[in-house]
Amino acid sequence: MSHSAAPHHKTSGLGSEAARRLRVWVLFLIPALLIYAVFMAFPLFNSMRLSFYTGQGLTPDHFVGLENYRELFTNPIWRDPFTNAFKNTCIFHLIHMAVQNTLGLLFATLLATPFRGRNIYRTIIFTPATLSVLVTGFLWTLILNPRWGMLNQMLEAVGLGAWAKPWLGDPDLALIVIALVSSWQWVGLPTMMFLAGLMTIPDELIEAARVDGASAWRIFWQIKLPLLKPVIGIVWILTFVGNFNAFDVVFAMAGTRGEPGYAADLLATFFYRTAIAGEHPVARPDMGIGAAVATCTFLTLLAGVSVWLILSRRRNGQT
Amino acid sequence: MGLKKHNGKRPSVLAIHLILISWSLVVLFPLWTMLVNSIKPKREIFRHPFGIPDEITFEGYRHAWTGANFDIYFRNSIFVTVVSLLLILVLGSLAAYAMANWRSRTSNLVYLFFIAGLMVPIRLGTINIFQMIIAMGLAGSIFSLIPIYVAMGLPIATFVLTTFIRELPHEIFDAARVDGASEWRIYWTIILPLVRPALATVAIFDLIPIWNDIWFPLIFNLADNHRTVAIGVSLLFGQYQTNWTRVLSALSLSAVPILILYLLMSKQFIKGLTAGAVKG
Repeated sequence: MSHSAAPHHKTSGLGSEAARRLRVWVLFLIPALLIYAVFMAFPLFNSMRLSFYTGQGLTPDHFVGLENYRELFTNPIWRDPFTNAFKNTCIFHLIHMAVQNTLGLLFATLLATPFRGRNIYRTIIFTPATLSVLVTGFLWTLILNPRWGMLNQMLEAVGLGAWAKPWLGDPDLALIVIALVSSWQWVGLPTMMFLAGLMTIPDELIEAARVDGASAWRIFWQIKLPLLKPVIGIVWILTFVGNFNAFDVVFAMAGTRGEPGYAADLLATFFYRTAIAGEHPVARPDMGIGAAVATCTFLTLLAGVSVWLILSRRRNGQT
Repeated sequence: MGLKKHNGKRPSVLAIHLILISWSLVVLFPLWTMLVNSIKPKREIFRHPFGIPDEITFEGYRHAWTGANFDIYFRNSIFVTVVSLLLILVLGSLAAYAMANWRSRTSNLVYLFFIAGLMVPIRLGTINIFQMIIAMGLAGSIFSLIPIYVAMGLPIATFVLTTFIRELPHEIFDAARVDGASEWRIYWTIILPLVRPALATVAIFDLIPIWNDIWFPLIFNLADNHRTVAIGVSLLFGQYQTNWTRVLSALSLSAVPILILYLLMSKQFIKGLTAGAVKG
């Protein structure tokens, strides 16, 4: 075993040595693999399997095929809140795309220009992302309180008292306001991702365009934005996965029923009620239906990830 | 935008500052409101909610710490977070070292299996996880959270660490192997010290969701002396919604440790929390 050409280990007749190493690799892998499989991968598939079963209590044991899905899609008791939650989640996602990610792109573009003090801005913009969603949710609930909240007090102080509103009590506003609070919290992530993307664009490219007389605006649209496409894709898919799982912010600001009147109900809060807390008017958790809701969420995420993979593969194929 | 050329582009830097300062105010205003009002008596909060306090009180903090059991909640949160992170780092780096060295179809499949977890939220398996925790007799106990958080943190750990170890120069391990060192020894004395930056990235990435998690403590319905800070805050918020001093103290208490950590090492935080995403 004294030769130094290590890469040839396996081919140079050291069979027992290779077998010993293989055993070591398997030993190193097993603890992580076991925990990950038992507590994450297996429950995910098993939860989906449960969507084909029904039964009272903790473990649905009566096989019913697609009956839970038929209930979920056709029985108004389930169908109406489900479609409402799905629609709200889509709106929630669109607001994040329009506000959080657009602001992120704007901040990243600004921060990509060299000037003094940009590290301070970077630190500030990212700060809310380190807070608990629960804390931001509760904090904003207090600030937005119609009676003694600071926002309305502030509007009155500057003579805009007419703009004061019960921000979280109005069914037309609640979901939008909650999505804005969530965007406020997470805008630092797209900012940093776009910033990292912008840093990889060679300076010469921008310089050449500038010499050719292109305006900053044109450079942004025709050079930077096309080169950022892969980052845009990643930001979108992460926002998508995050939004379709969002629970905490609604839990903190609108309760598990997405008050007022389910106006802010999302898929995750609906899932929580069906599977764990019990959905009105059934008032008893139904694990089978809950599993069907989780499976629908999973399929939605899978569809999103597939779209992202196909688009990024097509892009790679072209270049 | 042409900083060095004095061709009349100066106002654009001013515009950049204006936009970023406005947003900074939007970020800092709620945080300031939270911190400054947590040390004001209730009456003063309503009289002038934004100013520096005339009269300072720590009643809110005292109440949260002793009256509302935040001392226990903190101990629980720290325990769960530290144990989970240690397990994630040790198990994750062992697996990553194996996957970085063992080049075969099987190891590639295992790797893909791990990183598939990056895109699938563990919450979707909640129903079965809940059943398993009850079957294991862990319902209501703080220990129920640890295996869940470890499983949840492993995809990012294996992803970041495997990538990192693969980029290390191979001569290092090969030389040690020629000298007859066991893989365990190589892992312990060579790999672990070398991957420290990647371990920091993983730790920060997993720290925030574990410390802040509300979903599993809520589902598992933890017994009072097993609760974490996050769930304690939500209980207190429901109880004292109109006692602002107390509520804001509790919110500040749960936010400040991570905030301080962030301000001390904001570079690593930003890198850590963005890392998984940018590399993918």
